[in-house]
Amino acid sequence: MSEVLVVVDHVDGAIRKPTLELLTLARKLGEPSAVFFGSPEAGTAAAEKLGKHGAEKVYVVDDAEIKGYLVAPKAEALQQLVEKTSPAGVLFVSGYEGKEVAARLAIKIGAGLITDAVDIEDGGVTTQSVFAGNYTVKAKVTTGVPLITVKPNSAPVEEVGAAGTVEQFAATISESAKKAQIVAAQPRKASGRPELTEAAIVVSGGRGTGGDFAPIEGLADALGAAVGASRAAVDSGWMPHSFQVGQTGKVVSPQLYVANGISGAIQHRAGMQTSKTIVAVNKDEEAPIFELVDFGVVGDLHKVLPAATEQIEGRK
Amino acid sequence: MNIVVCVKYVPDATADRRFESDNTVDRVGVDGLLSELDEYAVEQALQLKEKSENPEDVTVTALTIGPEKAVDAVRKALQMGADQGVHVTDEAIAGSDYIATSLVLAKAIEKVGVPDLVICGMASTDASGSVVPAMLAERLDLPQVTFASVIESQGDQVRIKRDGDTATEVIGATMPLVLSVTDQTGEARYPSFKGIMAAKKKPLETLSLSDIGVDAGEVGLSVAWSTVDEATERPPRTAGEIVKDEDGSGSTALTEFLVSKKFI
Ligand SMILES: Cc1cc2nc3c(=O)[nH]c(=O)nc-3n(C[C@H](O)[C@H](O)[C@H](O)COP(=O)(O)OP(=O)(O)OC[C@H]3O[C@@H](n4cnc5c(N)ncnc54)[C@H](O)[C@@H]3O)c2cc1C
Ligand SMILES: Nc1ncnc2c1ncn2[C@@H]1O[C@H](COP(=O)(O)O)[C@@H](O)[C@H]1O
Repeated sequence: MSEVLVVVDHVDGAIRKPTLELLTLARKLGEPSAVFFGSPEAGTAAAEKLGKHGAEKVYVVDDAEIKGYLVAPKAEALQQLVEKTSPAGVLFVSGYEGKEVAARLAIKIGAGLITDAVDIEDGGVTTQSVFAGNYTVKAKVTTGVPLITVKPNSAPVEEVGAAGTVEQFAATISESAKKAQIVAAQPRKASGRPELTEAAIVVSGGRGTGGDFAPIEGLADALGAAVGASRAAVDSGWMPHSFQVGQTGKVVSPQLYVANGISGAIQHRAGMQTSKTIVAVNKDEEAPIFELVDFGVVGDLHKVLPAATEQIEGRK
Repeated sequence: MNIVVCVKYVPDATADRRFESDNTVDRVGVDGLLSELDEYAVEQALQLKEKSENPEDVTVTALTIGPEKAVDAVRKALQMGADQGVHVTDEAIAGSDYIATSLVLAKAIEKVGVPDLVICGMASTDASGSVVPAMLAERLDLPQVTFASVIESQGDQVRIKRDGDTATEVIGATMPLVLSVTDQTGEARYPSFKGIMAAKKKPLETLSLSDIGVDAGEVGLSVAWSTVDEATERPPRTAGEIVKDEDGSGSTALTEFLVSKKFI
């Protein structure tokens, strides 16, 4: 069976959940091999978890010389790995980096690219949700090694117990790939809550919070959820941009999305419309968000949310 | 300094966007406009021009690839203040994927002369791929400095701040380079009446594939490296249950709903 390369998304060796989802999907195309950019030690440490979730092999590409540069060096290394392994596909997590590495690789190796898949079937047919979730599209790469970026929360995490055999891969990186320099990087402070894109439940607040996110955070914590925000809340300076859900923020697909004091503009919908269950609290019964919901409360979020939070805490 | 801004003509997101029978995006039957997200790219190009020591030495060229009507995207950029426009249009381009679009853009850019800066939006509002800037950089062998929320330049040095996947980052590179900008860079200006009048006299060139040295056989739906086999409209959501909060009944109903769906 041919290999399928899964590019590992990690922060200082800590593997992020969407990578494990990719390993599940990769098994539909062939035998998963993870590609880990990092130090040889971190790669060896990560191999156990990657193996447990389906990686037969773990290629470790030492990133000592390239980690200070954006995108291009990784695409070069992957080109060399693709030439060596002739994989049945290469999977990436949909994010700025995953998409752009895939984009450069596509041009380098002459391969078709599909972005933001929410599913992959046997044979490589992908499902995408487009036009703010109004259309479902099935597509397939027809030229070259299929390159597919997959949205977080698109597949279950499964433990299958594969070997996870580490293989160091020495890539040659050209000088011209080292031109966009990462001058500084400030990791975001851990909030103690689940990561927004990975969370099973997201509780969001908009302009209707009036800047008071305590009711949003209270409900989020009662549900073990991540906190999100509309652009209006971000533009008002109430929440950092990294919390923004929507076209120009994060795209989320949780089991449950609770929109509070959010009107439901098309750009906001683009980031949450594929959520499995949608709930809204809004004092305006005409708010467009109610067109999307499975359940809605017409009311003041400052009254409804604290009371619901208390009841939920009481039930646990 | 020369700046090329890549602007895409997209179906209006607030209209009923749909697919054609060949599963390509309907770009003719649905009202279109300059992609909202590319307005920010035009704005940043204009600000770089205005902030430079000799604004008159900076030329901002708006470039679009698309059907006949796509020229509207270039016109809007000219009205906002771009100096000149280029519209590459050819029947053979219809149905092109990212690969072919980036090829045509790269060839068109080479034709007008590789500028110091190629500025793109962070994503097109229809395809939302966020991949064309990186592909362009790859094809033109340029560094990419993408998803900027703040842009600073000094001489040929560019530094951006961006909200990366897991960190807030500062990225730096030397021109020439490909830059993409987010809506965090600040509101785009509206064309003024004067701008609208001035735009009518600005140079606007229409180029075909042969003008830029691209073989029609390299682009379009039939040679796309990926194909859309099916595009189905999502069935309308079954109307959800909506309750009015009266004396606290809303919170109880909400809790009951969450319990019934096993979220608690
Ligand atoms: C290029 C571009 C990109 C964009 N990208 C995004 C994006 O990524 N994400 C995004 O969210 N938006 C985005 N937007 C903005 C979007 O168009 C809307 O302006 C924004 O989503 C509105 O936020 P909101 O729903 O919080 O505010 P509003 O539209 O002002 O809605 C506030 C809602 O709160 C309700 N409300 C008020 N008080 C209460 C109360 N006490 N209790 C309950 N309800 C109350 C009101 O009835 C109203 O429905 C983008 C816009 C553009 C032009
Ligand atoms: N047909 C096009 N014409 C001009 N610019 C384009 C075109 N397609 C994409 N772009 C540019 O590439 C950016 C990202 O597009 P995409 O990768 O499709 O999300 C857009 O914001 C534009 O700046």
